[in-house]
Amino acid sequence: MPDTGYIAILVAVSAAITWALRAVPFAVLAPMRHSAVVRYLSLHMPLGVMVMLALYTVRDVPAAAGRQQLWAIIAVLVTAGLQLWRRHALLSIFVGTGIYVALMSLW
Amino acid sequence: MSVLRLAAPIGLAFLPLGMALGFLVVHAGLAWWWAPVFAAVIYAGSLEFLMVGLAAAGAPVATVALTTLIVNSRHVFYALSFPLHRVRSVPGKTYSTYVLSDEAFAVGVSPAARTWTSGQILAMQAGLHLTWTVSAAAGALLGAALPIERLQGLEFALTALFIVLAIDAYSQHPDPLTALLAVACAVAAGLLAPGQMLVWAFAAFTALLFARLLAERRGA
Repeated sequence: MPDTGYIAILVAVSAAITWALRAVPFAVLAPMRHSAVVRYLSLHMPLGVMVMLALYTVRDVPAAAGRQQLWAIIAVLVTAGLQLWRRHALLSIFVGTGIYVALMSLW
Repeated sequence: MSVLRLAAPIGLAFLPLGMALGFLVVHAGLAWWWAPVFAAVIYAGSLEFLMVGLAAAGAPVATVALTTLIVNSRHVFYALSFPLHRVRSVPGKTYSTYVLSDEAFAVGVSPAARTWTSGQILAMQAGLHLTWTVSAAAGALLGAALPIERLQGLEFALTALFIVLAIDAYSQHPDPLTALLAVACAVAAGLLAPGQMLVWAFAAFTALLFARLLAERRGA
């Protein structure tokens, strides 16, 4: 386990970058709010980033045991299916995670 | 009153999600108080969930910096419509940008908030910030008291979170090609550069978006 000072540095770095990403664009980007390129990126970036992050979090699954792969596929389908059906983010997240934890812990 | 009415449902959603973050912090072997520190200082939900793994593994500073850049790049576009011009004073604007989360943005640009004063916008943001921090602390304390180390697969909460956010983003702007390009970039980066998957996927995706924009302009 890394020591407290090191984790504090990681927290400070990510907080500083997050703040810069939130604050600097008000000076730099706001004057460009009618720019077609900025609008195009703001339309397509959110979906792309979320898809890539979702895949990033399951990057170890292809190398995992066959049973764990099956549990992951089931949990992904349940989460996505619930979200498409009910549009209730918390419900989808908790039911999907609950099923995965139950399958992983019991089998 | 309208501040509370708009922000309360989000605060309610923060409670279980913040507690889940606290659970994960303890589950990863970190001290419980890192949960409220992550929540209050970083205050960027999905990044905090990723940070649990990165901090527990003692990831290099550069990896954490790049991951933050990629995960929070979407915040760049919030400047296009968030009403920061209505927030008065430099400390007010400083705090407002520091805690400009996805949820604060969504409330701030909603039609109901169009008449809000500086104080109302800041109260909404501070309320969400505080609720998130307290929820994370409560989850971590609860997790420290329970035998949760026997639970496996808690980290799937992060996967589920991104699946939900991706589906929501898709329904706001349904574009199958964008989704397909993102899948292709992530899979290719995962195969070719497994250690730096996120960075390469993001770089390739951004390049492809620009290429597509150029192609669409030529075609038009």
